[in-house]
Amino acid sequence: MRDPLSKKIVEIEPSGIRKFFDMVSEMPDAISLGVGEPDFDTPWRIREEGIYSLERGRTFYTSNAGLKELKVEISKYLQRKIQVSYDPASEIIVTVGGSEGIDIAFRAMLDPGDEVLIPQPCYVSYLPCAILANGVPVVIPLKQENEFKLTAEELEAAITPKTKLLVLPFPNNPTGAIMTKEDLEPIAEVVKKHDLYVLSDEIYSELTYKYDHVSIASLPEMRDRTLVINGFSKAFAMTGWRLGYICAQKPIAEQMLKIHQFAIMCAPTNSQYAAIEGLRNCEDEVQEMRGAYNQRRRFLLHEFKKMKLDCFEPFGAFYVFPCIKEFGMTSEEFATRLLDEEKVAAVPGTAFGACGEGFLRVSYAYSLDDLREAINRLGRFVERLRAQR
Amino acid sequence: MEDMRKQILKYLEKNSRANLGELAVLLDSDEAAIANEIAQMEKEKIICGYHTLIDWDKAGEERVNALIEVSVKPQRDKGFDKTAERICNYPEVTAVYLTSGGYDLIVTVEGKTLMEVSRFVSGKLSPIEDVISTTTHFILKKYKDHGTLMFHKNKSERMPVTP
Repeated sequence: MRDPLSKKIVEIEPSGIRKFFDMVSEMPDAISLGVGEPDFDTPWRIREEGIYSLERGRTFYTSNAGLKELKVEISKYLQRKIQVSYDPASEIIVTVGGSEGIDIAFRAMLDPGDEVLIPQPCYVSYLPCAILANGVPVVIPLKQENEFKLTAEELEAAITPKTKLLVLPFPNNPTGAIMTKEDLEPIAEVVKKHDLYVLSDEIYSELTYKYDHVSIASLPEMRDRTLVINGFSKAFAMTGWRLGYICAQKPIAEQMLKIHQFAIMCAPTNSQYAAIEGLRNCEDEVQEMRGAYNQRRRFLLHEFKKMKLDCFEPFGAFYVFPCIKEFGMTSEEFATRLLDEEKVAAVPGTAFGACGEGFLRVSYAYSLDDLREAINRLGRFVERLRAQR
Repeated sequence: MEDMRKQILKYLEKNSRANLGELAVLLDSDEAAIANEIAQMEKEKIICGYHTLIDWDKAGEERVNALIEVSVKPQRDKGFDKTAERICNYPEVTAVYLTSGGYDLIVTVEGKTLMEVSRFVSGKLSPIEDVISTTTHFILKKYKDHGTLMFHKNKSERMPVTP
């Protein structure tokens, strides 16, 4: 029989997280710090709206780009939050989670050989999606001494004549790093100088602490060079509803819409109706959750400090990214032993790129009670390792 | 930024057994300042007490609660205060609220048996001068009390590790 598979897909590595997931699943009593989704339930009024929409029989497709009402609310929301205006009729596409936005952006923009700059550590999808879209991913390894922010020098050094697109994943999963306006300005200058585009994945935009989120699209002359991805998963605790959106100037949005139309048709109708309620009436709930995350963030950083675990202070998402290099083992060894010996699961930094070596992603999308117990165990583990050395 | 007092109150409202050291970390303050603020609010009667929410059913003790709607004849100058304050004096009364709507006061009462609560209503509450009428509702089951669910919620089905 002939080989049924495409060489391209076979060559792509499966997500490094999968292996870890399988290990943790075997241990029902393990405490996990390994999730990338909120611990909160979707606010009740949003869920109720989802239920009503089903009761009313809203079980049909919506238009490809999404419900008009929802796009209007998204447009208002973005105007309010990032001060960028998008035409609901032609510049916003409602997608199946933020992830779909990554895929259709790459497919709409890349020709074979076009290079995509991907700062790592980062979410696992950019690199394989770029390859699937015939692009050439070029990794920019970020450094702890820069608090895992992208610097203009790092960007400049990675640019070649083939560079077309820069992925800007901030607030960042897994490091929790954010980019302030001052950090973004020099990046925007380099982008303009080399005539690049930016895919700004702002899915964690509501979850920043101390500093407000700033979108690179709001900087001068950057709106039309930027595609903004956002969605409902993190801010509204709606991961399972699979609902996000991507915004871009009309000529790009038009082409992305074709891919979305042919590959997906439309995002789930039920989720779209529920999300309208979220954008209209759930600001308080969003801020409530944000406040809770911030308390946990401070709790973890304080505890790490007490156990003298090296960790920079991240101001975004719901992750901290402590450095475990002092123990002289790889992230994977550390995470595996932590799981075996203390039954605490945290994801090795290498799952998010090779430069995550020596780090651990610790999620604080857990109750304080869970975090306290996990920290006790981690503290015990760290003490033991130090005593052994 | 919300002021420190409100943040402390919001936390204590849900968890009165706060560890001050930890609360200081969570609110980005220091322990002494928080202790000071709490003491001050106790003094100002902003913090009126620390109570514990108990499921007496589970503790194996029978308690009967009732919610009583009370119609009261208001008094010149005093309105409903005099009668309401008088009702507050009974130890079996756990709350007294002045309300809008068809009745004037809502009174919650706790007793050991149905009979005890009934006797209180007919023997103590109804005969009070200016009490015109009462309607007693016995509480059969508590689903949510003081913002806390009183029934078991299913465990989260979140997967243990996700990207």
